[in-house]
Amino acid sequence: MQEKVLMKGNEAIAEAAILAGCRHYFGYPITPQTEVAAYMAKKMPKIGGVFLQAESEIAAINMVYGVASTGKRAMTSSSSPGIALKCEGISYLAGADLPALIVNVQRGGPGLGGIQPSQSDYFLATRGPGHGDFHVIVLAPASVQEMADMTQLGFGLADKYRTPVMLLADGTMGQMMEPVVLPEPQEIAVEKPWAACGTKMEREHNIVNSLYLSPSELERTNLERFERYAQIERDEVRWEEYCMEDAEICIVSCGITARISRNAIVEARKRGIKVGMLRPITLWPFPKAALAAAAEKVKSFISVELNMGQMKEDVELAIRCKRPVHLCSRVGGMIPSPEEILAKIEEVAKEGGC
Amino acid sequence: MEHKRLTLFAGHYGSGKTNIAVNYALWLRKTGDPVSIADLDIVNPYFRTKDSEEMLRNAGIGLICSEYAGTNLDAPAMPPEVYGLLENRELLGVMDIGGDDRGALALGRYAPAILEENDYEMLFVINSARPLTRNAADTLEVKQEIETACHLPFTAIVNNTNLGTHTTAEDVLRSMDYAKAVSEACGLPIKMHCCDARLYADLQGKAEPLFPLTLQRYYYHIQSEVSPWQN
Repeated sequence: MQEKVLMKGNEAIAEAAILAGCRHYFGYPITPQTEVAAYMAKKMPKIGGVFLQAESEIAAINMVYGVASTGKRAMTSSSSPGIALKCEGISYLAGADLPALIVNVQRGGPGLGGIQPSQSDYFLATRGPGHGDFHVIVLAPASVQEMADMTQLGFGLADKYRTPVMLLADGTMGQMMEPVVLPEPQEIAVEKPWAACGTKMEREHNIVNSLYLSPSELERTNLERFERYAQIERDEVRWEEYCMEDAEICIVSCGITARISRNAIVEARKRGIKVGMLRPITLWPFPKAALAAAAEKVKSFISVELNMGQMKEDVELAIRCKRPVHLCSRVGGMIPSPEEILAKIEEVAKEGGC
Repeated sequence: MEHKRLTLFAGHYGSGKTNIAVNYALWLRKTGDPVSIADLDIVNPYFRTKDSEEMLRNAGIGLICSEYAGTNLDAPAMPPEVYGLLENRELLGVMDIGGDDRGALALGRYAPAILEENDYEMLFVINSARPLTRNAADTLEVKQEIETACHLPFTAIVNNTNLGTHTTAEDVLRSMDYAKAVSEACGLPIKMHCCDARLYADLQGKAEPLFPLTLQRYYYHIQSEVSPWQN
């Protein structure tokens, strides 16, 4: 096991990607994720890798498409407005069934918005970021350690299911520093017989493409892809439960707000309120079954997020609106204090939430 | 511990410069002299001196920072008041320089005035727990890059080896050899070893001079940690 080092979330992503065997990074600077690119720029030339600052986000995602087509691990990173630009390319990656890691260190929007943290790309990430009928696996880390671990997990899932994976963090997660034990170097575990890496005159050409001239052929690829999605929804759902054994109120929160919520839960429990938390770790696939099970036990839910209630809709869907789902949120780059969340817990408890 | 009129903190990105600068300004203020702290960081939009604005004001310390610090405008602009700090020699000044050579570049325009007055300390903040400055050789590479960028040579080293709130007294003690190796390789003295204030009693007498740090308030929001996922 490696020693603990002190890293920024953005740096941990970059180093973990290198340890996952990624030697191709394409990006374009944008606050608050620029350290990913800066780290790659420093390190990639020293290890024979490629760091390329593209002329735009759109160029960068298409370079990822090119490298991913050859079977090599490739990634890009950006923040909200830059990710919006990449969406066309992400759709092409999905259409060509290419594995890739896309890191989104979210900031406030819409539009140019701001540079402070946000979770307002929840819809963008979980509804298939781009045109067409598809999903990407969405991972939501809540510590610098998870930034590193989920970077590796992301590459692994991408290869296994031949799909783009989005690591969905926020500005605070990218900028904060914590001790981290870097993961061990990772080998690519799966064969990629589809890769366009040279026939050596031994096989037919592999063609990587998302254009289908025959509608029935295109329908077939969509249906096959959704069979894989069903498998992902069955096998790859991840979440964490905290103080849920006797909980009467369930906070649902991911990423940075899950950490702040935890402080509020500790305080609320001191005041005798039975509150717990279900932290979705994969946002797609969403932990629907775990939430449905929680709805059998708790009286109400509070969705704590840095947007106007995007994840709240998924909670309501997962529990089939069986219990009330309240919203506690700050937007525009603001983050709630533990006291604000505690006040919401007390308000819900008073209304008879427990 | 001696001090000069101007104290500058520079070093590798994330080595802890801002936190030390704020704590050092508070320490200087105890001398009774007027103190101002200048945020010259143009590369890092988060975790800025500005986060401690209220605490600094209550302590009677002047804060010089870009009017855009802490806002949504990522404008790498220098506040004009920095020149006032350089010219008013009645004032003690602490300058928080941005990380690495990219951050130190902004210091270059003030270097001639600082050299001319010649009453300054340029402190190299080092942390061996940072992955790109794990050993003396890598650390000195960063030192060289910063000096080349800002045209101001370092005068001493500040050992700030830490793992954030997880730091133990042993971590600090283990870093003594590293700090010594950096010091010997470049010929600069070690001005002080920094430690989290909660470790001060454990380390007193073992790492001298020892300078205790309190964390800036902003970090406390997010201190609580998640358990790693199991499923």
